Amino acid sequence: MDVVKRGKGELFTSPDPDVAREFFRAKNKALVAKVMTVQEAVRRFVHDGDYLAIGGFGANRIPTAVCHEIVRQKRRGMGFLGHTSTHDFQILAAGEVFDRCDVAYVVGLEARGLSPNARRYMESGKVRVTENSNYGLSLRLKAAAMGLPFLPARHLMGTDTFEKSPASIVTCPYTARKLVLQPAVYPDVAAIHVHEADVFGNCRIRGIHISDLDLARASRRLIITCERLVHSDEIRSDPTRTLIPYYLVDAVCEVRYGGYPGCMAHEYFSDEEHLRKWLEVERDPEAFAAFLQANIYGVSDFWEYLERNGGMRKLTRLRRMELRIRAREEDHGQA
Amino acid sequence: MARHNVMEQMICAAARLLENGATVAVGTGAPCAAAMLAQKTHAPDLLILFEAGGVAPILPEMPISVGDSRTFFKGVMATGMCEIMETCQRGLVDYTFLGGAQIDMYGNLNSTVIGPHAEPKVRLPGSGGANDFASFCWRTMVITPQDTRRFTNDIDYITTPGFLTGGNARDEAGLPPGTGPYRVITNMAIMDFEEASRRMRVISLHPGFTIEQVRASCGFELLVADVLGVTDPPSDEELAILRDEVDPGRYIIGRS
Repeated sequence: MDVVKRGKGELFTSPDPDVAREFFRAKNKALVAKVMTVQEAVRRFVHDGDYLAIGGFGANRIPTAVCHEIVRQKRRGMGFLGHTSTHDFQILAAGEVFDRCDVAYVVGLEARGLSPNARRYMESGKVRVTENSNYGLSLRLKAAAMGLPFLPARHLMGTDTFEKSPASIVTCPYTARKLVLQPAVYPDVAAIHVHEADVFGNCRIRGIHISDLDLARASRRLIITCERLVHSDEIRSDPTRTLIPYYLVDAVCEVRYGGYPGCMAHEYFSDEEHLRKWLEVERDPEAFAAFLQANIYGVSDFWEYLERNGGMRKLTRLRRMELRIRAREEDHGQA
Repeated sequence: MARHNVMEQMICAAARLLENGATVAVGTGAPCAAAMLAQKTHAPDLLILFEAGGVAPILPEMPISVGDSRTFFKGVMATGMCEIMETCQRGLVDYTFLGGAQIDMYGNLNSTVIGPHAEPKVRLPGSGGANDFASFCWRTMVITPQDTRRFTNDIDYITTPGFLTGGNARDEAGLPPGTGPYRVITNMAIMDFEEASRRMRVISLHPGFTIEQVRASCGFELLVADVLGVTDPPSDEELAILRDEVDPGRYIIGRS
């Protein structure tokens, strides 16, 4: 295939499938219990300098507890895959944990507006940026999940997004059309929040899975947080529902309401009030530092964060919102 | 008080462009409102797709995120991003709606940076799924208010392809043939793209606006169609559905 053009974006990770194969060959595939705290999982599997990816999309089914813990343990110099990364990006930018980023969508929180602090961080010159699109990053993960160095697509051509990407344009050997090749991305570590998992890491997700099935397969190490641990007999009673098998998983952490303040389909809706508070308080760096102290640095774990922000009272209300259960007026008033 | 506001006019104009049986990939905000309105009026069989994986939801209300649980509420499938984007790449999706901080005369969009990329004055979110949708869907529509800063040929960065440098540039770049910008719906007018030059051309004015106002609110020279239409104002039925069913919280159409 003739290379017509190369994007000038920096390639932050090796797309070499044989390097990945060596790693996956050595990875422990034993059926052993991996349940641990988020604190331990981050300590063992997330290192300074690692290239990190976070599952979910926007503030939906994100592993918030892992993001908080990475900030709390003060990881530095990481790479980051910014694949419609909104509240998770906001948290990680607040901790300044990454200094290079593949961007498809960052800084914004969709209809809610832009994060002032994440913007400041991205405009500070502290972060090396390579651009792409959402599908571009999904495809880079898919290539890795397939054990390949790249996959082709028919987008980006003619734009600055291509120029600042690590993609190449080639001539198709069959049709002579131009194609974009997206290099595989094998993250060092990823964290994904799911509905149910057993102690070994077999996972179930309800609703959209976005790019998480490929992300789980592409990543060298994988931390799972789940709403609920279920017995392995339950997993084996209906294996069609398993979307991530145990041998991809390094840690399983049971974190009820672990996607808060984001939306978790069939469980609880997003806490728009709290997300708005983040955006507001970020305007003033001093107030934001105090806010981070109160919500991340100064709390011991995710339970404490939930309790500081309304606890079960609020979570019960968010659960009713998600399930569209209209309760009596006074019940709404309580939260 | 005016009978309707400009956002209501824009959403109604956009909704009418979606014919029954069409397929559309939408984001949140005005595009989603337009798709919902179309579905509740003339296009009950409109197939709506969300990039994070929601397929054919029965939207109970406006989603806040293109991945929130409303985007697959009572849908026919909850899948992933590759499935949605590849459905577009295979040619099954007729329309997409996009926006951006800047748009030029060929319909190229910037949602990445204001200022130089290496030292941005303003860092914006980036492409998201916009580059993908605009590359793969047959017809790209843009809903955006117009002013001389937003409608500019000094676009800082092309995030998402329109007709690139015009003429055949888009095909020559390698993007799927037959795709590209179709309509731009602003607060003042509706534009298409002239066949040969692929330059933006005014084809319809919203009631109350003149071509001089449209030109004065655009940073580049607009072509004007030989026969200039007048956009129908929102009907009573459209307004009632938009206000009572699509956006009762007035999140998009405003609280005015």
